[in-house]
Amino acid sequence: MPSRVIAASYDMSAGLVTQQPSSSRRRRPRLGRLLLIALALAFLGVFLALPLLAVFLQALAMGVGAYLSAISDPMAWAAIKLTLQVAATAVPLNLVFGLAAAWAIAKFNFWGKSALITLIDLPFAVSPVIAGLTFILMFGAHGWFGGYLRAHHIRVVFAVPGIVIATIFVTFPFIARELIPIMQAQGKDDEETALSLGASGWQTFCRVTLPNIRWGLLYGVLLCNARAMGEFGAVSVVSGHVRGLTNTLPLHVEILYNEYNFVGAFAVASLLALLALLTLAGKSFLEWRQPELRHAARGPRDRTRRERT
Amino acid sequence: MMDTRATPIELEFHKPRPVLPGFKMTLGYTMAYLSLLVLIPLSAVFIRSLGLGWDHFWEIVTDPRVVASLRLSFGASLIAASINALFGLLVAWVLVRYTFPFRRLIDAIVDLPFALPTAVAGIALTSLYAPNGWLGAALRPLGIKVAYTPLGIVVALTFIGLPFVVRTLQPVLEDLDREVEQAAATLGASAAQAFVRVVLPALWPAMLTGFALAFARAVGEYGSVIFIAGNMPMKSEIAPLLIVTKLEQYDYAGATAIAVVMLVLSFALMLGINALQNWTLSRHGAR
Repeated sequence: MPSRVIAASYDMSAGLVTQQPSSSRRRRPRLGRLLLIALALAFLGVFLALPLLAVFLQALAMGVGAYLSAISDPMAWAAIKLTLQVAATAVPLNLVFGLAAAWAIAKFNFWGKSALITLIDLPFAVSPVIAGLTFILMFGAHGWFGGYLRAHHIRVVFAVPGIVIATIFVTFPFIARELIPIMQAQGKDDEETALSLGASGWQTFCRVTLPNIRWGLLYGVLLCNARAMGEFGAVSVVSGHVRGLTNTLPLHVEILYNEYNFVGAFAVASLLALLALLTLAGKSFLEWRQPELRHAARGPRDRTRRERT
Repeated sequence: MMDTRATPIELEFHKPRPVLPGFKMTLGYTMAYLSLLVLIPLSAVFIRSLGLGWDHFWEIVTDPRVVASLRLSFGASLIAASINALFGLLVAWVLVRYTFPFRRLIDAIVDLPFALPTAVAGIALTSLYAPNGWLGAALRPLGIKVAYTPLGIVVALTFIGLPFVVRTLQPVLEDLDREVEQAAATLGASAAQAFVRVVLPALWPAMLTGFALAFARAVGEYGSVIFIAGNMPMKSEIAPLLIVTKLEQYDYAGATAIAVVMLVLSFALMLGINALQNWTLSRHGAR
């Protein structure tokens, strides 16, 4: 609605100032707008909608029966189980970290705070492959702790612990960076009131802070979980690709694809695409519940926006 | 800020503000977790590369295959981020300024590259752009090959980086005062003139930030690229893939050296983004 009003005011002013026949002038903004919308939708259609569509169509290329047998394959199930297991370990650990970091950063002032916020964002600036490499250099056979681990028969790299650690690294900032601005905006008045009324620190956190940040918390968990389940590069480097043992869903997609088992690869990929669609739906729901989350996306720039408002 | 130290009389009736607990515990935990999982592992890369010695390090990173992969990674990322800046501006503009059917749904879909696992994006794009794919078959008569060429890398990186520009521009566009444009129109500017002279200057900082974020993400991207790239040494082999290749050959020195070059360039980029933001912030603060 408002855009129409503005278009009209454009026309009027243009007509007033330039004294041109208004019939040709009135058409142009409308045509231009349609053209821009069409161009934007065409771009999004080719770059976003088509790939998504391709996943599901390729998965069903040989019929529903082939699709169902592909996703009920024992190796696919092992990959699903491992992926859930990895996410169920990495996400809670990053959640606890996010809560601790946000509490310290939002409720207290200390030297080096902005440096700390930058360091928390660091994993976003590192290639996932390099993230994997760091853990090979630490826990691999020739790594810093390689000898110790071998002597005690502990496997980290090319085993599940390595996958979990690499996943924690790449999903490290997600929850903290959602919580920090929200808790900063809320200040500490509520908590101080609770304390002065006799609540303990722990009670204050559980009954005052957590309810205040619940939507932001869910938002962070949602995004963190999506990346944890979908991570490929970092996990690929540390996994060792042992089928049924250290193969997560995205790695399983790669193996099937490289074996030219396209229906299998796209069938497993369709599960991950469904996860992505569910994540987007959940994200939209949370943004509808709490509109401030809308631009809480990854850009550090959004933090500057919050500080401004 | 309210001043609670108001008057001595008030102090008699109000207890002093309670001090929130848990500062040492949470900051300590934050530092320990950050150090163990991020700082120490990353420092391992740098410390390992020190062990190589300067000559050996230089020899590795000036190897033609390494130079070609770095050039490809940074070059393709630059092109992809530029495409994202241009079309990201278009998409953000259309989503903020116009109303049309399914606008909310399309707005939500913009985040798809964040949510879709990169390996899935990789095989989907490859199937589309392969010579027998929907788009590949359409482009073949025109003599354009996308899959298994550097052009395919640009396509994958454009997919990956798209949300960054849109999401950094949207809030700025929403804040932008439309009265300024109307004023420009009243003064006789055409819609295009008003856009170039009035709107664009206000969007520059956010566009640059979005561009830099998309670029940084593209440089390190691996999953979506390796399927579509063809991975020919010297031609379509990106730097992250070369790190993986060297690791598979147990050439830890080679992998570490390339990683150090990429990390240094990425960190420089991140510092640049921060400086850009401070600059933007001071500009907005001045208004």
